[in-house]
Amino acid sequence: MIANLQILLDAPALSLQLLIDGILIGAVFALAAYGLALVWGVTNVINVAQGEFVMLGGFITVLCADYGLSPLIGMPIAAASLYVLGWVLFQLVIVHLVGRDMFNSVLATFGIAIVLQQLMAHVFGGADRIVESGLGSWFFLDGLIGIAKVKVLVFVACIALGIALAIFLARSRQGQAIRATAQEPRAASVLGIETRRVYALTFALNAAICGAAGALAAMAYTIHAYGGLAYTIRSFMIVVMAGIGNLAGIIWAALSLGVAENFAGFILGVQYQIAFVFGLLVVVLVLRNWRLKRKRLYLR
Amino acid sequence: MPDTLALTPTRLILIAAFLLCGVVAPLLAPAYQTQLTELLLFIVFALAWDLVGGQMGYNSFGNVLFVGVGMYVCVIVQVGLFYNVGLYTEARGGGTEFIFDEAQFLTGLAVGIPAAMLACILLAWALGSLVLTMRGHYFAICTLGLGIAAGQIAAGIPWIGAGSGMLTPNPPDALGDVGLLLYYLSLGLAVVCALTFAWLLSTRFGLALNAIRDDEDKAEAMGLNTHAVKVTAWVVAAAFLGMAGALYGNLVRFIDPLQTAFAGATIGVWMILMALLGGRGTLLGPIVGAIIFQITKELFWTYMLGWQRVALGILIVVVAVFFPYGIVGFFRERSKQKSRIAEERT
Repeated sequence: MIANLQILLDAPALSLQLLIDGILIGAVFALAAYGLALVWGVTNVINVAQGEFVMLGGFITVLCADYGLSPLIGMPIAAASLYVLGWVLFQLVIVHLVGRDMFNSVLATFGIAIVLQQLMAHVFGGADRIVESGLGSWFFLDGLIGIAKVKVLVFVACIALGIALAIFLARSRQGQAIRATAQEPRAASVLGIETRRVYALTFALNAAICGAAGALAAMAYTIHAYGGLAYTIRSFMIVVMAGIGNLAGIIWAALSLGVAENFAGFILGVQYQIAFVFGLLVVVLVLRNWRLKRKRLYLR
Repeated sequence: MPDTLALTPTRLILIAAFLLCGVVAPLLAPAYQTQLTELLLFIVFALAWDLVGGQMGYNSFGNVLFVGVGMYVCVIVQVGLFYNVGLYTEARGGGTEFIFDEAQFLTGLAVGIPAAMLACILLAWALGSLVLTMRGHYFAICTLGLGIAAGQIAAGIPWIGAGSGMLTPNPPDALGDVGLLLYYLSLGLAVVCALTFAWLLSTRFGLALNAIRDDEDKAEAMGLNTHAVKVTAWVVAAAFLGMAGALYGNLVRFIDPLQTAFAGATIGVWMILMALLGGRGTLLGPIVGAIIFQITKELFWTYMLGWQRVALGILIVVVAVFFPYGIVGFFRERSKQKSRIAEERT
């Protein structure tokens, strides 16, 4: 561990490399977290199956690639399939959780996560999967720093999708309905908004976002049938750090998380990277709560 | 509700009948001894979850942390008393060098289980002061993170076998059927656990737990030291979870850091399911839930090989969504309705 730290201090280029890679992967986290915040804010359900949606989107893209389709075509297919899945899951399960005790929603979506994990392991196997993009890398500083072109592509696509979603929420009629329902569901329904449809739309939209994020993750990073929970925890942590409905905060928190995770993975060893993510979650929650406790408040 | 826990003659007879069943069960059905032992440990898991989750309203998704710590501490003590743990895990616990004779094996268990309990008490006390200040879903997800982080850390430490896990000591042949010993130890633990909780819930402490569940701020305003009560309940639950984990490790004989010890997606969520299935916030609920769950699980394992985890996941969703008050809760609600109707008639 100390030796790794020494390497970092001796080679600033390596630090720069870790920093860039961290920022690039952070965009994928931001997209998944934005979806989580959307569902949380509108339906007051915490979707623990968030990461599984991401992984499923990735697997659908892998499947498309196996049939010879470009991942850029695979991504809309993944998003559309997840939209349908999200809609169906909402009508079957989530609709009963809206407005109920938060514990039920956490447990039920955890159950959904387990089902999806197991199904993915059955259908796609338990190995790491990736879609070969065939794009090369750019090299800087005499080849000391290499940036995979596909990671940059993924970064740009994530940010573009996030901004598109923010514009959709801010400008479109449907987006207005979603925001109105989030603020005051009763008033919204009095004004003629079908809140149940809005909830379904929000949940399906979130699933589609996750599907797109997963497709992008499959292009530049690896996906795994059991890798979903880490994405869920990352999303939750980012939302807790940034607050619901704060897009700039979410992007900022996600990119920092990506950087922190990359450095931790290098310094502590890759086998502790996931442990670091979960440990950081505990630390973030405890610290935020501790700061509130001085004002005799707690996280709500 | 202390009155519901009073020992009426009917209840005493029921408890005695239960105990008798427990004592003779492995003799009547020796083929199911392992499953019965597992059931008894599941009862402890479910009861311990319910003390904090059901009675106090702090829904933990990371109780598996204490199960795993108990498991590892027990096996480390069992081995460490007589051999070098590092060498033992390196040799995968096999070979002719690491033989435990009768006395060594029994001493290992006798020291290992209390050590597991002690480790969990200390851990729960240290973590409780930090984690129990959170509420609702923040607490739930924070504990989920704790459980998984612990598994990932254990999977990275070569001294305890890292990702390839650790084997518990081989019981010596001279000892005969160790499974039976584990069964009676588990039975003892389950009985002690149920009786301790019944006693705790009949005292002021039980009322304090329910007060925190119903309205923590009001409970605090009434002068209750909520923090101390919360940490105490969490520590008591952790102590039982640690001991049950120690026995569970010896039952399955192989401790995988992610699949057995810190298995958040199996045991970790099963204990919640058991408590929920039977009825949260009741003493009988988790016991009934564990029995039904164990039967269901074994049926799934027999008839849905390969798909049992999917089926259990669906069961979790169905119970959480459509059956959140459980079996005991359902009957209690119905008997209340009946008495209400009877009152109206008179």
